Amino acid sequence: MSDLRELYQELILEHYSAPRNYRPMAASLQAEGYNPLCGDHFTIYLDMDGDVIRDVSFQGSGCAISKASASMMTQSVKGKTKTQAEDMFREFLHLVMGQAAGNGTADRLGKLAVFAGVSEFPVRVKCATLAWHTLRAALEGKQSATSTE
Amino acid sequence: MTATARTSSSATHPAPAAGFDVERARRDFPILRQTVRGRPLVYLDNAATTQKPQAVIDAISRYYGEENANIHRGVHFLSERATEEYEGARKTVQRFLNAAQENEIVFVRGATEAINLVAQSFGRMRVGAGDEVLITAMEHHSNIVPWQILCEQQGARLQVAPIDDRGELLLDELEKRLGPRTRIVAVTHVSNALGTVNPVGQIVELAHARGIPVLVDGAQAAPHLRVDVQALDCDFYVFSGHKVYGPTGIGALYGKAALLDAMPPYQGGGEMILSVTFEKTVYNKAPHKFEAGTPHIAGAAGLRAALEYVSGLGIEAIGAHESELLEYATGRFAAIPGMRLIGTAPEKAGVLSFVLDPVHAHDVGTILDNEGIAIRTGHHCAQPVMQRFGIPATARASFGLYNTREEVDALVRGIDKVRGVFAR
Repeated sequence: MSDLRELYQELILEHYSAPRNYRPMAASLQAEGYNPLCGDHFTIYLDMDGDVIRDVSFQGSGCAISKASASMMTQSVKGKTKTQAEDMFREFLHLVMGQAAGNGTADRLGKLAVFAGVSEFPVRVKCATLAWHTLRAALEGKQSATSTE
Repeated sequence: MTATARTSSSATHPAPAAGFDVERARRDFPILRQTVRGRPLVYLDNAATTQKPQAVIDAISRYYGEENANIHRGVHFLSERATEEYEGARKTVQRFLNAAQENEIVFVRGATEAINLVAQSFGRMRVGAGDEVLITAMEHHSNIVPWQILCEQQGARLQVAPIDDRGELLLDELEKRLGPRTRIVAVTHVSNALGTVNPVGQIVELAHARGIPVLVDGAQAAPHLRVDVQALDCDFYVFSGHKVYGPTGIGALYGKAALLDAMPPYQGGGEMILSVTFEKTVYNKAPHKFEAGTPHIAGAAGLRAALEYVSGLGIEAIGAHESELLEYATGRFAAIPGMRLIGTAPEKAGVLSFVLDPVHAHDVGTILDNEGIAIRTGHHCAQPVMQRFGIPATARASFGLYNTREEVDALVRGIDKVRGVFAR
């Protein structure tokens, strides 16, 4: 049970039941992300001010990990530049893949550090990163749906 | 096989199905002895693949240890033995399906390859521009995509017979779609995502009344039901060895002799020819015409052992045991808050597909795995079924001959744990 509690942190469950920025938006950029293995499906909407993410929202369906990750991601990247958001994704990837030990990643990621437990569940890494892959696709202006496969 | 008397620890446990000794059968499966994440393995992913009894493992080992050689044209001792093993397996499959002739059995990699074979060989011969192929809304992707490919190649149309909210096929709707352009009907015997058992005999009658041949996908039926292709009168029947306690990479296509004889080859190569010159090649007869290249001989040996094992226990006894488990599990699930079964047809086999509000199936799977319980989560390669029920995914427990009521109890306790994690 201890490993499970590492994965299903209170904050993650809370964001799953009450996701933030969970709404469609008339957006300057948007992208769809899809995990064909489990059917998770999200749309990320971005309101850009030049290079800065002025506002970000999402909609879709997925498991607790993917939905909470999307919710907390929107909070974390709002007001950040495109480059800052991409750096944050890189750090987040290191965290969930268990490659962030001792390099300060967890500090720099703030609340997102609750996803560290995902590294013990390799099959769930795709859940945690789906929204981030989709965000990157949106920032790059990709039209086609992003797939985890 | 005699039933052992068992004293039940709980009044909620009626006696197990008579004539089937599950504890004894469990001892035949070495993989079931292990613990997973510190707990006894509870394997409830049998619709994906079944575990293998020692007899199957031994048959494969014996084949490689004592009989290995290439088949059919060897003049030496081992080649004769390997050929006997392979052709003996064909006879075992023939008996298992009650086919009239052994040359009606084609070895393939599995149900998927069998359907592709029929689509590309029979399909390209019979289906033309403007023609129709009829399937149902509960098919596995393997009984959808080969037909879509065929329809695209030939300019034909794919028609789909709908299902109701219980996951039952609407037979009258299927009948309406049997038209003058329908060239083949392809229908699953048992749905992998819902567990529904289709009235394939009736479907064959309806189709044959209009001269339309029928392919039955038996991947999920062969492990649970007695299959008699002559009684069904279906034109093609396909199944995978690994879902009926045999090895992966081997399965069988049954086809009526007259159809197989008329069909062109699926793949070209060795084994499937009588003579080859650069000007003209003469193909072998069925079934060899469809078995290009050195086949999976060890797989055939393993499949033979699996079918003999299952027949030894008695497929009816296995089916009765699983039905009883399914009924027990369905009853226990009814008492779980937030539980919704997907697939509640009166005729079901082996499968309990569900969603647990508000928990996503993927999370159910992870938490159960932590308890040593293996189930499947996702769309089960049946995305149209998920779309029909308006859900992204289900969690699916599926039963095999070695599952027990105690394992159903463990599953229910595991689901309680899932609810505990998500209780807010």
